[in-house]
Amino acid sequence: MDQTNPATTLSHQHVTFPDGLQLDCGFHLAPVDVAYRTYGTLSPARDNAVLVCHALTGDQYVADPHPLTGKPGWWGRMVGPGLPIDTDRFFVICVNVLGGCMGTTGPRSLRVREDGTEEPWGTDFPAITIRDMVRAQHLLIEHMGIDRLLAVVGGSMGGMQVLEWCATYPQKVFAAMPIATSPFHSAQNIAFNEVSRQAIFADPQWHGGRYWECNEIPARGLAVARMMAHITYLSEAALTRKFGRRVRTSPGRGTAGGPGALFGEMFEVESYLRHQGSTFVRRFDANSYLTITRAMDYFDLGAEHDGDMSRPFRGTRTRFCIISFSSDWLFPTSQARLLARALNQVAANVSFVEIDSDKGHDAFLLDEPDFDRTIRGFLCGAAEHAGIG
Amino acid sequence: MRLDQRLIAGMIRPRTRVLDVGSGDGALLDYLFRNSGCDARGIEIDMREVTRSVAHGLPVMHGDADHDLVHYPDNAFDYVVLQRTLQAVERPREVLRQMLRIGRYAIVSFPNFGHWRLRLQLLLRGRMPMTSVWSTPWYDTPNIHPCTILDFLTLCRDEGYVVQQWMAVDEDGERAPWRRSIRLANLFGEQALFLLRRKDTTPRK
Repeated sequence: MDQTNPATTLSHQHVTFPDGLQLDCGFHLAPVDVAYRTYGTLSPARDNAVLVCHALTGDQYVADPHPLTGKPGWWGRMVGPGLPIDTDRFFVICVNVLGGCMGTTGPRSLRVREDGTEEPWGTDFPAITIRDMVRAQHLLIEHMGIDRLLAVVGGSMGGMQVLEWCATYPQKVFAAMPIATSPFHSAQNIAFNEVSRQAIFADPQWHGGRYWECNEIPARGLAVARMMAHITYLSEAALTRKFGRRVRTSPGRGTAGGPGALFGEMFEVESYLRHQGSTFVRRFDANSYLTITRAMDYFDLGAEHDGDMSRPFRGTRTRFCIISFSSDWLFPTSQARLLARALNQVAANVSFVEIDSDKGHDAFLLDEPDFDRTIRGFLCGAAEHAGIG
Repeated sequence: MRLDQRLIAGMIRPRTRVLDVGSGDGALLDYLFRNSGCDARGIEIDMREVTRSVAHGLPVMHGDADHDLVHYPDNAFDYVVLQRTLQAVERPREVLRQMLRIGRYAIVSFPNFGHWRLRLQLLLRGRMPMTSVWSTPWYDTPNIHPCTILDFLTLCRDEGYVVQQWMAVDEDGERAPWRRSIRLANLFGEQALFLLRRKDTTPRK
């Protein structure tokens, strides 16, 4: 096994479901581990649960320090006592997605081969969908004895899970907040994912997906994938504001030194992206990245229902709050509006807010006071309508 | 809540489904939910107001009368409300049609361009009237489709809408005393408030 990577030996709070899951691709995956974190206290009536769904490279450590990086939770500014998703009131659950690499069954999990030996799934891990991720979360929610979630909240790919929850288990979702997301993955988004994947494939240390055999990880490929993807999470305005054309003068640029050298200096934006890439590979598994990006690409709510995006929501009683960000070009407001109109077509209860921000797609993770107010207000309103004090 | 919003709320039966088009700060929605137990939702064009309303726990979506009503199914609501906005939409007739397609009743309020002060100003000064209700110059005004109470009644007749109830309202939203005569209301009413229904629906009791 890979001794260089502490991620593989880490243990996470999880439940094992021996019967596993029937996947959309037809494969029956068993057993299935579902790793999760919870915050706050489940009420005696079990009616105050809020499920937070994480994005592509997120995980269940939404509001406590990441066990690998030691960094604060990815939504620590949103989830906690007195915060917009208030853990004094709500019981917050966050689940590592199926196909992930933080304890839920994924490509790095071991499988038993026919000869009785164990090895990681790697690229043999079955193709999964967003709906499969939601089914795995549903196993856990049922296991916890929760009949109905007060709210399901998530941004980006987390928002796709929110929509899939509403389509697959409509009676179990009282309120839904799809944030910075879309009812389908667009051609542009698939294209970006493909570039990320090709970067991983092109890394000789990927070894056809069996890198654990060589005790290596495709760090360069995965880092390039992350760097490219990270650009799509920002905006031109945000990059200009953060870095402009500033140049780092510190030495240590490596091979090409000396005055006049082509790469003698480094723009700050380059340095930032490299940092993003190198920290990412320490905590994320390349095969998980491949599996999850593919699940996003397959996501198309309309196609799952004969091309009618509103059909999965027919008769829905869920209260929706759709949120987009003005400078998000990865999941633009126009796509959120398509979703809002599909929900209008079935006369669903829909709030729809575009938050004015220049921070791009990542705005949902950053300090946006209007966004915080919207989340807090919508959840309070939902709790009031649900009859929770 | 403005006084004319109280008059509107008085037209809406408890525990009904209401869509408030141009819900502003959400005062009417809040009132209808808390006092009448209505399933009240809003559409608002001003994003700041939308954010404020949603942050208040009210179901409001960003959108406008011209572009968003078409997406709702027939008879999705009991009442569709359009407050002080008809004169500012791109296609008032189409908006009214949509309102009475998706709702059984339409409640419409608009500033009356037939008010005597406007008539007098145009007559005496020969320039576009400016009053406290019509307070922006012609080149800046969002009110691109002003009409009088009589104009509106003619449109309702042509479109086959039944006027279930009407009233003239003064600037502050107080109900004006011109209940008997439409012509007097058209001369002295600063705003008008109508409760309409389609001809094919039965009047409420």
